[in-house]
This record gives sequence, structure tokens and C-alpha cells, in this order.
Amino acid sequence: MEKTATELQAPIEMLPLGDSAIIIRLGSSIDEETNRIVMNLSRRFEEKPFAGLIECVPSFVSVAIHYDPLLVKRSRAAAELQHATIFETVCARVQTYLSLGQLNASGQAARTIEIPVCYGGEHGPDLGLVAEHNGLTEEEVIAIHAGGIYLVHMLGFAPGFPYLGGMSERIAAPRHQTPRTIIPQGSVGIAGKQTGVYSIATPGGWQLIGRTPLALFRPQDEIPSLLRPGDSVRFKPITERQYKLFLEGEL
Amino acid sequence: MTIKVVRTGLHVTVQDLGRFGFQKYGVIAGGAMDTGAARAANLLVGNADNEAVLEITLTGTELFIEKDTLLAICGARMSVTAGGELLPLWRPALVRAGTSVKFGACQSGCRSYLAVAGGLDVPEVLGSKSTYLRGAIGGFFGRALKADDVLAAKAPSLLSERMEHALRLGWNGSFALPHWHASHFAIADNLADPIIRAMTGTHYELFTEASRAGLFSQSFQISVQSDRMGYRLEGTEKLKLAKPLELLSEAVANGTVQVPADGDPIVLLADRQTTGGYPRIAQVASVDIAVFAQLKPGERFRFERITQQEAEQLYLDSERDMRMLKAAIALKFNAAK
Repeated sequence: MEKTATELQAPIEMLPLGDSAIIIRLGSSIDEETNRIVMNLSRRFEEKPFAGLIECVPSFVSVAIHYDPLLVKRSRAAAELQHATIFETVCARVQTYLSLGQLNASGQAARTIEIPVCYGGEHGPDLGLVAEHNGLTEEEVIAIHAGGIYLVHMLGFAPGFPYLGGMSERIAAPRHQTPRTIIPQGSVGIAGKQTGVYSIATPGGWQLIGRTPLALFRPQDEIPSLLRPGDSVRFKPITERQYKLFLEGEL
Repeated sequence: MTIKVVRTGLHVTVQDLGRFGFQKYGVIAGGAMDTGAARAANLLVGNADNEAVLEITLTGTELFIEKDTLLAICGARMSVTAGGELLPLWRPALVRAGTSVKFGACQSGCRSYLAVAGGLDVPEVLGSKSTYLRGAIGGFFGRALKADDVLAAKAPSLLSERMEHALRLGWNGSFALPHWHASHFAIADNLADPIIRAMTGTHYELFTEASRAGLFSQSFQISVQSDRMGYRLEGTEKLKLAKPLELLSEAVANGTVQVPADGDPIVLLADRQTTGGYPRIAQVASVDIAVFAQLKPGERFRFERITQQEAEQLYLDSERDMRMLKAAIALKFNAAK
């Protein structure tokens, strides 16, 4: 696999996640380059799944594949019959995807999703704390948060919940010591150097700076998430009135 | 058929074998905790193994059968009565209209699966009928069942109809039974001193030597803070990393054993999050997840280390058993015709 060795900084690791899943680790730190390779590989598996593949779960630096061991075994080609384990067959199949072309190509056209946010007030009870913590005014926090472009590195934790990369450290703030028992759906928060949007109501410890009227989890849709891994996100400040109009479907 | 819920007891939800294809969007897989029992219950009434069933936790559930219903109950070892008479588990039963089915004392195990001929009639959401409570989707209006809910079944398969026809000749009070059963799948009958087979996890080598050895030598107790999402374990020794480690979140699987900073492992189960960020010390073999899922808070067990190859072989063997059950049932009723 000379080609892949030159494409990637770190050696690719393939690790069993039990007897029906594999983790393909493509790097060790959060960066856009590694994440692009993750998304490209994940897309390859989805476009042309091998027999037995159930689904792919991309994350910051790895792609996991859940598979059906029985279907993998039954579909073994002649060359795969000598494998001692089904996992070995899966590894061999994964290798063929790694060797197909450039994994670090810029890939398909990225989508940019705009998320309207009503900052502060009842929707963002911790905006003042985040400002104070960083020696900024609330308006400055909003300007910095809404001024960034964020990459969706992965979805997890809750349906449609994005792990976003790219927040300015100037507005970083520690989590609450005691998590709130319930955080309303749509709340936009900051935790350490991360920002994100609570896609459904859950308990949580993030500093809440605003709220979006957009639904991130969309179970009635074929793709049940507003955001997809690899998307870019931009936050757009809206007023309380616009927030209400949006919820009423008039904006 | 229709079934009316009289009392739910602790917790009753509709489940199938899980929701797949949406984990990349953070949508949990869900599904029956003891898939072996859920599948067997379906096969015993002539359904495909993935039909929607009721997952009944512990005791206290009472159901009223409004029309004659071909059903099967598999899973926990508990006394179930129909019309006051003991209803045998792990075999189909044609239950007469107007009968109350009560889930009573639980000897071992904690989850029962009730399948009805045709499968429960609930809509598919994102390719599955499993209830996802936090997402409020799937199953019966996205929620757990409560008193006065009424469940209906889809049209039965030809096989189900033949089974029902054959049983109709042998009414004996409130229900009719065949002579055979499938109790060789009854995991909950053998839960004394359970051994759960597991492989080492992706971060196993990063734990201290004592923790690595301790994982397979000490006995663990299931904490009361356990649910469909995961079981928290309490052992005599806390499990510790050899040195501190910051991990990036990545996918987890059913049976992944992760260790948060407090050193008490958590075994992730059906309603697990799709991704996790704690070090993974072990992974329960697929075949033993059903065994594990029948353990109750307060019960103890030990892990036994097996290899990848052994886990795969156990999985293939259990799938062969399940296919044999299916074939045996089909043969019985095609021959009887």
C-alpha cells in the first residue's frame, strides 16, 4: 500500500471493535485534513459497500464499520478463504478501499449551512458569564461566535448533534460544575474550546449563549439530520422577534 | 388480534432488532436487549425474526387479549399466567379472546419478549420499529406503553395461519399449546454464576497491569444505575490507565466496555450513544450480550477472556442454531398440512 502511506501522515490502524465492527484509524489529532480523509473513505464505503457491511460511522480521525460476520464469511472470495478470522477478511477488503485513488482529495462540494441564533436573554442565559470569563462584552462574544466558520467533524452524543471545529479560543469557557438537568432543544453552547447545538432536550453542562429555532434532528426526513459530517456551519444572529416568526413558520 | 394494556409494571416498550444506517447522524441503534429471545419469540409464531415485539421488563405487566391471539413469550424465567393458568414460555400459544395474561414472579433474567403472529402493527421510523425514547420516535408513538394502550397486529403469514389452525384443535381452557418448545435458547434458565465472554478492547494495553489482570479475575456487580443504555459495574478494584490519556470520540458498539475516570466500567448496550470518548478496555462477545442483558442490578458475574476467532465462531454457531429453529418450525407446519 505504498500509495496510501504517502497520502497519510500516520500509519493506518485497523482495530477490531468486537466481533462485528472494525475501527479504521487514520490519524491522531483533530484537524481538517484528517477529517477530510475520514469523510472521503466513509463515502467510498457507502458508494460501494462490500458484502456484509451494515453501516459506517465516521468520527474525528476514524471510520468505524459495523458488519454482519455471517454475510462477510458467506461472501468470501477464493483468495479470502485462507483467512483465519472474519476480521482478517474485513481488513483485506478495507485495504482495497484505501488503495483506490487519493483519499485527501478535496472531495465533494461542501455544503455551508446557516444556523440562525437568538443570542442572550432567556435563550442564552450564560452569555454574560462567557463574556465576563473572557473579558469581553456580550456583543463581542456574539460577533466572534457568529464570525467563525465551523466544520462538522462528526455527529454523535445525540441525534443530529454536531461536533464542530474552528471556534475562536477568545470565547472559550469551562463547563458548569453541575450540569443542568434539562437543556432546551436548539440551545447553542460553549464548552472549553468547543461550540455546538443541543439537537434534542438533554441534561448538559455547556454554557448556553443562544438558541436556534431550526430543528437539527429531523426524524421525518430521509436523512434525519440537518447537518452532515463534512458540512460547514455559520451562525447568524437573529432577534427575539425573528426567532418567534421563524418558529411560527413566517420567516 | 388486539391486545389491551391493563398494567405496564416497570417498563414495556416495542422493539425490533434495531435501527441501522443512521448512526453517522447520531441516531442510536436501539432494539431488543436480548435479541436471541426476541428472535425466537418471532420465529415461534411464524414471523420473520425482525418483527416488532414487546420488551417487558421484570414483573407486574398485565395484558388483556381481546381476540384469539397466537403469541409466544421468551426471555426471562418468570411465571406468566393466562386466565390464571401457568402459560409455558418458549413455545407458541393460541390464547383465547377475553383472557388476561399476567407477568408474575421472576426467578431469573429480567426481560421477556412477547411476539404475536403477524408482528405488532406500528409504523417504521427510519427503517425500524424500535422505540427510541429520548428521540421520541419509533415503537408505540415514540414512548413506553401505559395502561389502556391498545396494540394491533399485522396480517399473519401463511405459516402463522397454519400454526393457528393446528392449535385451534387443542384448546385446553384459556389457551392451546403444541407439545414442543424451543427452550434450548432459554439463557435466563442458566444465569447462576454467569460468565460473560469478552475480547480485549482497543485500549486494553493502556491500562495498568493490575487492571488488565483484574478485569478477568475479579467479580463485578451490576449497579442500580443501569438501564437500556448501559450497565455500570462495580468491582473490588477500580480500573486505571497506566498514564492519563485524552481520547477523541469515536464509534462504539453493542457490548463495548468503557472505563470513565472513576474506574468503574460501563458496558454499553442497545440504547448506547453512537460514539464515546472513554478508553475501551474490553468488548463483550456478541453471543453473550443477550446473557448479560438478562442480568439484573445487584447480580454478579465474571468476564472470561476469549479471542477474536473464538467470538466469531460462537457467533456463527448461534446463528446456525437460530436457522435450525426456523427450519424446524417451517418443516413441522408444512408437513402437518
